[in-house]
Amino acid sequence: MSVASFTVPTVTHAQVSAEGLAEKITIENLDFFYGDHRALKDINVSLYLGKVTAFIGPSGCGKSTLLRVLNRMYDLYPHQRATGMVRLDNQNILEPGQDLNLLRAKVGMVFQKPTPFPMTIYENIAFGIRLYEKLPKSELDGRVQSALERAALWNEVKDKLGANGQSLSGGQQQRLCIARTVSVRPEVILFDEPCSALDPISTAKIEELIDELKDDYTIAIVTHNMQQAARVSDFTAFMYLGELVEYGETTRMFTTPNDRRTQDYITGRFG
Amino acid sequence: MVMISGARSPLYTKRRRRNVAMMGFSFGATAFGLSWLVLILGVLLWKGFSGLSIAVFTQMTPPPGSAGGLLNPIMGSLIMTGIAVAIGTPLGILAGTYMAEYGRYDKLSSVVRFINDILLSAPSIVVGLFIYEIMVATMGHFSGWAGAVALAVIVVPVVVRTTEDMLTLVPDTLREAAASIGLPRSLMIRRVAYRAARAGMITGVLLAVARISGETAPLLFTALNNQFWSLNLNAPVSSLPVVIFQFALSPYKDWQNLAWTGALIITLAVLTLSIAARFLGSQSKSS
Repeated sequence: MSVASFTVPTVTHAQVSAEGLAEKITIENLDFFYGDHRALKDINVSLYLGKVTAFIGPSGCGKSTLLRVLNRMYDLYPHQRATGMVRLDNQNILEPGQDLNLLRAKVGMVFQKPTPFPMTIYENIAFGIRLYEKLPKSELDGRVQSALERAALWNEVKDKLGANGQSLSGGQQQRLCIARTVSVRPEVILFDEPCSALDPISTAKIEELIDELKDDYTIAIVTHNMQQAARVSDFTAFMYLGELVEYGETTRMFTTPNDRRTQDYITGRFG
Repeated sequence: MVMISGARSPLYTKRRRRNVAMMGFSFGATAFGLSWLVLILGVLLWKGFSGLSIAVFTQMTPPPGSAGGLLNPIMGSLIMTGIAVAIGTPLGILAGTYMAEYGRYDKLSSVVRFINDILLSAPSIVVGLFIYEIMVATMGHFSGWAGAVALAVIVVPVVVRTTEDMLTLVPDTLREAAASIGLPRSLMIRRVAYRAARAGMITGVLLAVARISGETAPLLFTALNNQFWSLNLNAPVSSLPVVIFQFALSPYKDWQNLAWTGALIITLAVLTLSIAARFLGSQSKSS
């Protein structure tokens, strides 16, 4: 293979107006395997600083898998591996020898099911902060409060910080998890179908939150809900059968998709 | 109308009849099983309760024909059980943690699980003989230490099993959540997984205590018995099950009565532990 040769990406990036956008995460030629099964096929995509990128596509298309590569969550399990390149600030996170704990502190994740720790609301937040910083009590209190405020939960829990985090409602638990993620001051936040277990009111709150968070963080969200992708994201990537079919600005993707399959999926003809 | 005529179909009537018969059998079997339990507890209360007095807890085991209590076997049982739990619990929790957390996908875990299951169902007299061989025979005398170690060997597999089971019940999503804020695995286990599984793990230890507090066979070959007050673990130590065994077999009426009282004490203690374990278990589900 000569130096000049390169694979022509199947995805057209031409539609993305890249001016003034800084790449936070760049994914190049990413393949992912569950044992022998190739779940992601040659993915090339970028996440931009301060922008929300939505990943849509039918179940099993690999969007959650892709998200779990970005903080190497898959490393917890045997027989799962990724090849290719995922650069976070020009550092390939797939390289061996990465400090995964530091990586995950930088790339936070909010899950489909709310996952508060079995401890008090206060501890749920303070726990993560104490991992990396030794703070006096008053400062820690302040950090807990600001994280809870950031997640629009403070007013609902400020009088019961000593209550068990698992005693909150589903929507509150999810916002607690967002607060927990925010509290360790990550640079990127990954949302893996954060609203699929929530009612419409909680969903609206979370979406509002994502909108507010994007000023300070680079955000990726996986969702089954296309309206949600249209509402919260700046860029959308459509995935199908482990491939990234099309990627571009959300407004364009939802109005004039280039690929037939994208159009079919968005209009509900399959999926 | 279709529903009703369907309900009267021969097939339905037959099924209904079979259901009634099966329900009857189930109730019968339950009642049969429970009635023995009630009988045992009833006789135990009837025979043992009359002997309960302060003296039982303050005096030593008597020679035949004189008054006395069960203080030395009660103390011996408490001490040996305590040491057994102190030895067995950390071992069991560490092994269970390895199997559920670090080595979940390793072959070694399945091997250990298989061996542990064998140990779990091993006859306790075999455990007693084993400890006799490696401790009593080599040291040349029966001892409280040997008794405690024999009991610890019984504690370990129970704790291993419950620890592994309870940790396996902790959802992976919680582990991922812990990892997602950059928590190292050791901290995740200690601060998140243990906390989520705490009630179940404590229940396992309580059940192990309940199990060993009634064991006689492993103590017969190890701690033997001691008629006198002795806290020296290098010498034979008295224990409730062995005293019950010895006194119940004796021809003396007052010894037999003390045996009944001792049996009642053990039963009540085990019952309390089981109820505590139950209570903790139900608490963990509701939290």
